[in-house]
Amino acid sequence: MLQIKNLTVSIHGKPIIKGLNLEVKEGEVHAIMGPNGSGKSTLASVIAGREVFDVDQGEISYMGKNIFDMPAETRAREGLFLGFQYPVEIPGVSIANFMRTAINEKRKYLGLDPMTGAEFLRLMEEKKKMVEIHSKLTNRSVNEGFSGGEKKKNEIFQMAMLEPRLAILDETDSGLDIDALKVVANGVNKLRKKDNATIVITHYQRLLDYIVPDFVHVLLDGRIIKSGNKELAMELEEKGYDWIKKETANDAV
Amino acid sequence: METTHTSLLKDKFLELYQKEQEAIRGQATPLVNRIRRNALARFRENGFPTTRQEHWRFTDLSPLLNTEFAFDFSNQSRNIDVDKIFTCDVYDLDTFSITLLNGWFVYKHAPLTRLADGTIIGSLAKAMEIYPAIVDQYIGKAAKTDQYEMAALNTAFLQDGLFIYVPDGVEVEKPVQLINIVNADHPVFLQPRHLVIAGKGAKLTLVHCDHSLTHNISFTNTVMELFAEQDAVVDHYKIQNKGRNSALVTNNFFHQKRNSRLSSNIITLNGGFTKNIMDVSISQPDCVSEHYGLYLVDSNQHVDNLVNIDHMAAQSRSDQLYKGILDDEATAVFSGKVLVRRHAQQTQAFQNNKNILLTDDAKANTQPHLEIYADDVKCSHGATVGQLDPEAMFYLRSRGLCERTARQMMMIAFANEVVQKISIEALQKRIQNMVEKRLKGELSICDQCVLHCNSKEPTTFNIDLSKL
Repeated sequence: MLQIKNLTVSIHGKPIIKGLNLEVKEGEVHAIMGPNGSGKSTLASVIAGREVFDVDQGEISYMGKNIFDMPAETRAREGLFLGFQYPVEIPGVSIANFMRTAINEKRKYLGLDPMTGAEFLRLMEEKKKMVEIHSKLTNRSVNEGFSGGEKKKNEIFQMAMLEPRLAILDETDSGLDIDALKVVANGVNKLRKKDNATIVITHYQRLLDYIVPDFVHVLLDGRIIKSGNKELAMELEEKGYDWIKKETANDAV
Repeated sequence: METTHTSLLKDKFLELYQKEQEAIRGQATPLVNRIRRNALARFRENGFPTTRQEHWRFTDLSPLLNTEFAFDFSNQSRNIDVDKIFTCDVYDLDTFSITLLNGWFVYKHAPLTRLADGTIIGSLAKAMEIYPAIVDQYIGKAAKTDQYEMAALNTAFLQDGLFIYVPDGVEVEKPVQLINIVNADHPVFLQPRHLVIAGKGAKLTLVHCDHSLTHNISFTNTVMELFAEQDAVVDHYKIQNKGRNSALVTNNFFHQKRNSRLSSNIITLNGGFTKNIMDVSISQPDCVSEHYGLYLVDSNQHVDNLVNIDHMAAQSRSDQLYKGILDDEATAVFSGKVLVRRHAQQTQAFQNNKNILLTDDAKANTQPHLEIYADDVKCSHGATVGQLDPEAMFYLRSRGLCERTARQMMMIAFANEVVQKISIEALQKRIQNMVEKRLKGELSICDQCVLHCNSKEPTTFNIDLSKL
């Protein structure tokens, strides 16, 4: 589904990702872990199509297509979803109007008729329940005045509405209390299907107790330096990133 | 330095005044004629404003005055069937509607209507004849002709316009709608004059629409004096949708007494050149004064909003929110001044101007200004000039919205903050719709214009409206 080969990315001439390889197949959950500044969010942004970064080298193919041939909106319509680390507040744009427009632009791209108002409202009610959103969304602006937890729940709500093939969740757990974390993780688990995939980016192992990954990758200084299964996350939690730094340093010797 | 043609036009006005004095004075009251003479003296002294004046620093009138204008000092419009040339198409908006054509009152039903509750609505020229005592009690009391050059010019030549008198305790149920139409086959200079009085505890909603039905050059210099007596509630809306060759200067003087509430909302959708002056005097305590504005300009349009609020008395609140979206090479100016005098304790005054520039060539000048002499007040001001938030743009696009849709969605949201202040639902919906169409590039002056084309042919009055 997603293949990243030898990806090198910089911003304003400063290299951030330095030759990264990753393959994600249908039905898989991958966790990418790493300390601050290791390039996790940059990777997510580049896949989603944020334009401030320079891709110096390498390839990303998504569903067999070169991802760099598609602007951000086309990637989204092709089923890619980025759950933002810092969801943006957009005063005056109602969530309902935003989601309805997003769904219908995607449907148009796929050659489908737009969803009717009634269908849309039904879908919205269903997905709101899934992430335990109780407020009316029709008259609320996107993320405006939301608490940290509400913002993250809203990301998962949008993900549920758009039903992506590949979801990348960028530090969706940061700033969440344990109850909100469970709601978010529960939402992600319910959306798991045989033919979709999830990349979970996180600092901490905590989230991975609820969203159990098939693979764990450690990102350090722009490279994936170690991959393993969920035990690797536990080991990291226990021993810290210094352990892995030392281990890779020893390997190099 | 006054440019040559500006001083030539000034001389022309002074000459016209001499020549047409009798027609200009018409049936005006002796007091009005006295005010007129004083204003003329001011105009003779000060002439047209130049960019050296603080109020006009970023707005140069002189190129607009370089035209051979025609003037009408007698009412040529009174017998025109205005329904044949213009209908307002705001659905569900049930108003008491009156029309000014080229600055003159159109006598559609009657020049003056007196409703059962005592409310008088109609032509100012006629009101000076029939209700001179009411007119004399108010006219000229709010308009500051020594501070505002264009108000002096208007006052010197004042003849006709809208007159509304709402007696004490009367709530006018239907909004009064004033439709100001310019339609001439030659360049015209118009100076309508409006006088609006809301008595003690009276309630009035006024919708003021400025339209032009011609692509010809026109210059409209209007003065409105509005008095809100104790406990009065007045909502005032201005919708400006004018042709590219039209210049519009509106001088609005509002006078508020104890516990009155005034709300004004200026929506500028189109217009070659627009300058709105809002001068508000809060002379007694416990007033609320809200001023909202939205301007959407493109090509080389220019819009300038000046808001001056004078807090002379305690415990009042004023609120200003002006927002603009500027495309192409459009320019906008906002100057907001709040003066809180020494005795105006517990004043709350807020001022905000936000601009979005869609191109590198668009330009906004914003000057919020607070002048405070009282020590127990709550005041704030702010101004922003920027682009659409790129983070928000990416957020919308990352959900599948194309750049165009994302941009429109954000612009509409930006504008809606002002549109939502409109309390008449039908009007709010209509304006929201016009704003959305405007921002999607689907609204033009032609939307309202019976010509439905870009023809430069002179407009005649025999247009079949049934075809619209």
